[in-house]
Amino acid sequence: MSTTGLHVDGLRSPRVGPVSFCLERSECIAVMGASGAGKTVLLRLLADLDPGEGRVAWDGIERGAMPAAHWRKQVVLVPAVSGWWGPLVADHFPYAKRIEAGRLCTQMRLPEDMLDRAVAGLSTGERQRLALARALVGEPAVLLLDEPTSGLDALSAAAVEACLGQARARGIGLVWVTHDALQSQRIATRHFRLAHGELIPA
Amino acid sequence: MNSVSFHAVDIAIAALVLLLDGALSVAMRLSLHRALAIASVRMVVQLVALGFVLRAVFAVDSVWLTLTLVLVMTLAAAREAAARPHQRLRHGHYLTSLASVAAPALLTCVFALVTMLPGDAGWSPRFVIPVAGILLGNVLNSVSIGMATVLEGVALEAPAIEARLMLGGTFHEATALLERNAVRRSMVPLINQMSAAGIITMPGIMTGQVLAGMDPLNAATYQIVLMLLLAGGSGLGSILSVRFVLRRLTDDRERLRLDRLHPR
Repeated sequence: MSTTGLHVDGLRSPRVGPVSFCLERSECIAVMGASGAGKTVLLRLLADLDPGEGRVAWDGIERGAMPAAHWRKQVVLVPAVSGWWGPLVADHFPYAKRIEAGRLCTQMRLPEDMLDRAVAGLSTGERQRLALARALVGEPAVLLLDEPTSGLDALSAAAVEACLGQARARGIGLVWVTHDALQSQRIATRHFRLAHGELIPA
Repeated sequence: MNSVSFHAVDIAIAALVLLLDGALSVAMRLSLHRALAIASVRMVVQLVALGFVLRAVFAVDSVWLTLTLVLVMTLAAAREAAARPHQRLRHGHYLTSLASVAAPALLTCVFALVTMLPGDAGWSPRFVIPVAGILLGNVLNSVSIGMATVLEGVALEAPAIEARLMLGGTFHEATALLERNAVRRSMVPLINQMSAAGIITMPGIMTGQVLAGMDPLNAATYQIVLMLLLAGGSGLGSILSVRFVLRRLTDDRERLRLDRLHPR
């Protein structure tokens, strides 16, 4: 068994699990399942945002062996609805990453002056894509995506898929929760279904 | 010194205005007269009792009796501070309040007594009890606002806090804004109190001393020393209470543990 990539072994909480799977670098797995099946709970467990039991490791290093903040810098969750802590979009990007953030915005069909706008005036779809850009500029190893295109029109959704495809090409692994079977076929190399708290290959 | 001392008759006369309020409350159907009556009777009974207790404690002048009284006052202040926030911690709510009230109030009290009062006189109950009491009362206010701001604000701020955690921020970084706001909010009353002192209000201690015949400048000096101590102690209470509550809302993996709030 290789030690590279994300290894999850018997991860569980009262609501989901035990869940076991591996994710290689540049790989994308799709997770489908009915609403309330625990997909969001599973992603939060993987990001170590909720207490759970089981072994989770990246490149052979147990997450318990590193500070939680270090783990979450590598395994980044982008939830369905993101939080914003500052009044301006730019407050959420490190200064040194401004240019890259602008490039990602254009790529995901967002206006170029996006960074100077106020968060309060953004639409749901704009926030969704900005949250993704915010996660990507941090150069994570794995992205945990909770329905990243759910509120988007077809063109923007395609742009987001293309953008995440490039992230994969750079070595980022994706765990992609989606309700869209066609999308799941398009983006993922392996497909899973979460039912009754168990992750079953589909 | 032309000090004036009041007697039972004076208390009765002073109560006349309050009686007028009560009559107005009946006439205007404010239905406040019952609450007014109960509160004013409670105040009289409590203060007379305090007078007797203090007189007895001063007469005995025993270190242990003084310390016991300070301990009781501390426990009561912590209970009061813990009771005010609308949201509570599931575990350790009272202990958090006790630590945040007791440490700053008692440390400031000891500091004041050791540094400012001459020799043995400093440990007489005549100094220890009033200084401890006024410190506890003010620290209590700061602590209760600090605790309430964090406890009532954290659920509202949870998405923003978790967003920072998800991007690899530490819990300290993620809650820095809430921490600053809470400390600031709990320190504002204290800053206002100092700014208004002497212009809008004549502070209680000074009023009492001037009425009791003390030279106004002397009374002002007393008030200044006490107010500085109160502000210092309360500021420490603000910071401690906010940090202690935040500490309770996270774990060894720096998660935001909203499940540690008491379910409403």
